[in-house]
Amino acid sequence: MSSVAQSVVQSVDWLAIAPPTIAAVVGLVVLVADLFVRDDRKALLGWVSVAGLAAAALSLLPLLDGDRSTFCLRGDATVCSYTADRFTLVIQFLVLGGALLAALLSASAIKDAQGSGKELPEGEFWFLLLSSAAGAALLPASRDLATLVVALEVASLPAFALVGLKRGDRQSAEAALKFFLSSVTATAVTLMGVSFLYAATGTLYLTEMASALQDVDAQLSTLAQAGVVLTLVGFAFKTAAVPFHFWVPDTYIGAPLPVAAYLSVVGKAVGFSGLILVTVVAFPAYADVWGPAMALLAALTMTVGNAGALRQQATRAYSAVRLLAWSSVGQAGYLLVPIAAAGYSKDAERAIGSTVAYALMYAAVNLGAFAVAALVARTKPLNRISDYRGLYAAQPVSALVLAFFLLCLAGLPPGIIGLFAKVTVFSAAVDAGLGWLAVVMAVNVVIALYYYLQWTALLFRAPEGEPERHRIPAPLTAAIALTAVLGIALSGAPQLVLRFADTGLF
Amino acid sequence: MIDISESVMQFLLAFIVVGPLIGAAAALLPAPPGLKGKSPEQAVLRHGVTVTGAVLAAAIVLALGFDHNQPSKMQATTDISWIPALDVRIHLGIDGISLPLLVMTALLTFLCALYSYFKMPAGPSPAAFVALLLVLESGTLATFAVLDLLLFFLAFEMVLIPMYFLIARWGGEGRGPAAWKFILFTLLGSVVMLLGLLLVGLNSGTFDMLALATDNGRSLTTSVQVIAVLAIGIGLAVKTPMWPLHSWLPDAHTAAPTVGSVLLAGVLLKMGTYGFVRILLPITPDGMRTFAPYLAAFAVVGIIYGSLACLALAKQGGKGDLKRLIAYSSVGHMGFVLLGIATMTPTGVNGALFANIAHGLITGLLFFLVGALKDRTGTTDLDALAQETGAALYGRAPRFGGLLAFGAVASLGLPGLAGFWGEMLALFGAFQPAQGLSRPAFLTFMVFAGLGTLLTAAYMLVVVRRVCMGSAEQESRAVTDVQGYEFAAWTPLVALTVLAGLWPAVLLGLTDPAVQQLLAGGTR
Repeated sequence: MSSVAQSVVQSVDWLAIAPPTIAAVVGLVVLVADLFVRDDRKALLGWVSVAGLAAAALSLLPLLDGDRSTFCLRGDATVCSYTADRFTLVIQFLVLGGALLAALLSASAIKDAQGSGKELPEGEFWFLLLSSAAGAALLPASRDLATLVVALEVASLPAFALVGLKRGDRQSAEAALKFFLSSVTATAVTLMGVSFLYAATGTLYLTEMASALQDVDAQLSTLAQAGVVLTLVGFAFKTAAVPFHFWVPDTYIGAPLPVAAYLSVVGKAVGFSGLILVTVVAFPAYADVWGPAMALLAALTMTVGNAGALRQQATRAYSAVRLLAWSSVGQAGYLLVPIAAAGYSKDAERAIGSTVAYALMYAAVNLGAFAVAALVARTKPLNRISDYRGLYAAQPVSALVLAFFLLCLAGLPPGIIGLFAKVTVFSAAVDAGLGWLAVVMAVNVVIALYYYLQWTALLFRAPEGEPERHRIPAPLTAAIALTAVLGIALSGAPQLVLRFADTGLF
Repeated sequence: MIDISESVMQFLLAFIVVGPLIGAAAALLPAPPGLKGKSPEQAVLRHGVTVTGAVLAAAIVLALGFDHNQPSKMQATTDISWIPALDVRIHLGIDGISLPLLVMTALLTFLCALYSYFKMPAGPSPAAFVALLLVLESGTLATFAVLDLLLFFLAFEMVLIPMYFLIARWGGEGRGPAAWKFILFTLLGSVVMLLGLLLVGLNSGTFDMLALATDNGRSLTTSVQVIAVLAIGIGLAVKTPMWPLHSWLPDAHTAAPTVGSVLLAGVLLKMGTYGFVRILLPITPDGMRTFAPYLAAFAVVGIIYGSLACLALAKQGGKGDLKRLIAYSSVGHMGFVLLGIATMTPTGVNGALFANIAHGLITGLLFFLVGALKDRTGTTDLDALAQETGAALYGRAPRFGGLLAFGAVASLGLPGLAGFWGEMLALFGAFQPAQGLSRPAFLTFMVFAGLGTLLTAAYMLVVVRRVCMGSAEQESRAVTDVQGYEFAAWTPLVALTVLAGLWPAVLLGLTDPAVQQLLAGGTR
């Protein structure tokens, strides 16, 4: 190869970028195939997508042996745009696994929607889901701000369309618009922050920015500080941190249930992994700025989220989804606590490991809760909490599993993994000397128990009518079984996820 | 007493903790062929009796195999790594402090299962009842057997959900709010306790209770100890309960079904006081010394407050509920336990541990009796029971009346019964508190606590007069006397109350060496 070609063409480590790439390629394949597949064979698209996500998740396996980087700076191979280190792999696993479970939920939702007048267009649906997953999988690997923002948008834009995809549903369209407008604003603010930072440091690479921020020109330091704060906004929005949470309840209700499940887990993962990358990797020099900001954000988020969940009336339409939406805001608050602690702690990587461990637990049990909610929604489309009364009499296994998920979210035995995930978060806060935040969180855990346990208790009440039994579609069964097995296995061996809280991830 | 190999002892202790959990899971499955019994309900209740019986048998064998010459040494220890990331180890073991509590818990749960086999409380399916009872048993036994701070927290939390459902599903009037009050109060306390435990663990680098106790607070600065004692103490004080954090207790006791009240009073409250002895005294002695006078003051207020509340409930026209009255009397009794702990002397702590066991036996018996009285007469309202003259149980059901009088007299601390020694030793401890604690203050506490014993005697005698005695006219309405299964469930409690009263050395010989060691710098 000539030297000119060498300087223009980079060698790409295809193996390292396989996870997001596979998801994206399969998405395109599904979109094109949609044109050629007969209507009665459309279910095939769903299975191709599920297989694609599984393949993307499996492609993480060969990367386990060590860190890989690609798209590096010519001349300096240590500065790269894409890095597949432990942090990346864990989050990519979380994102792809979450998308896979959401896809399983979607498969039965699409089938049920047929002939109801509110069909979901299959080809588009799977394409959008896979593209969003590809973006979400790219984000944790990004190591420069441009790639990070692009990945954020690739993850978000298809999500807007997914939310508004219910044909002939005004609520859905309205939810999508609300979500879109507020999200775009947040991204614009982030972009402005990025431009400030670029102006102050002259680089977009996170590691270079970290060193450049240590000695910013005194005249530019205000600019850099403003840049740091503004950059965080877009990611905080995705995490649904207060005050950027108002879109959550309406969007979750308006969206098809599997999409709400997807947003509650993958959407949040996008947000907090972005936050971790910018705070811990790019802005360690400004820990005194973002540390307190994150702590405040965390305290507000959990308090507002739990207060919102507490206010839900069991008999209101969609109250189950609404409660899950608000509780996901509360849970986002817990996820932010270790990131805040990282700003105070000497060992920042250990602190954020708690966030990762908590997120893995949350992903499994929250998707499980959504899966059971999807099951109930098949017969009770209004999905009120009061519809869950006596679920144990009709479907004992589903009821027990949902009770387990809810208690995991509440953090009480028998949900042992939920308990220990909370313990790691508490311990990150206590270790960093954030006693007040730990106390706020303690109070919130008690508030949250009230609504989780209220729902749990309802499952075992005597049913109002004759319990009706019916067949559960295979994909839904698979999703519930998968999450339940994960939750129970993790409760027996919490070390499986908690080990991330013990070691450096980068 | 008998020589059992260490590995069998380890297995027994592990079985005591895990066995009930397996039994709980099995209770939810359909009965296997051959064990179907007369009906599914009967089969599952029998399953409960079998499992708790097996656990009790294991606990008794463990107690026999326990080396009584070295009660201060941890025995039957298991130490396996479970979650390295959090440094959580499955570390089990028993010494002279935990062994009596362990055996008493196994006994009370077995008696409760036996009682429910014949007298299942009204409510939904017995399968769930048995499963919850077994999870509860596992949680309480684990609390007394674990030697890791985070595992202790896990065990502490494990009892919440089963107890919540036992009250909310099988309870009496006002059970819904009472169950909520119980779980929210205790959870708030225990989450705050977790913060304290984390503070201790992170600052000293280990969560192992033995290592921390041996260290005796040397690796923790005084300020850390003070904060940790405050946080952990609040959690334990809610559970104990200490005045003014007791307000969940009367409601929970009143609403809970009979076996729920028995376990709540007999076992769950002990988890709080056990935590004080096992965690706060040896691990954070400096912090404990700071707070000891306040703890003692609150304890004494609890004693006086509990007795005054009982007196108000016991008097004619007070609309007193007997269950509520016994619940308030628990606040007073636990006040003596806390006072004993607060003295930080071997005498006081031994008294506290003795009073713990005595309270478990006596109050367990009283709750059984009052529950049975409610089943017979349909009410526990003292005014409705006694009307103008008294309920005349002596005449209507002599054995039942006699047992009730026995329970009341034991509860007021009559010498020769179990209630006496613990309270006397706690007062003794307060007479000469540990060095560094203000003696005049503790003398004052002692005087007030002594006054409390008088008040306790007063209301207990009023109860006996109003329930057991009465006019001839009352006597005409017959009440079923004690039945066979009730004898079976109550006799062990009566016998142990007498035994502990006449031969206190049986308990003190176990606890004293362990307490001496604990206060002097940890366990071996």
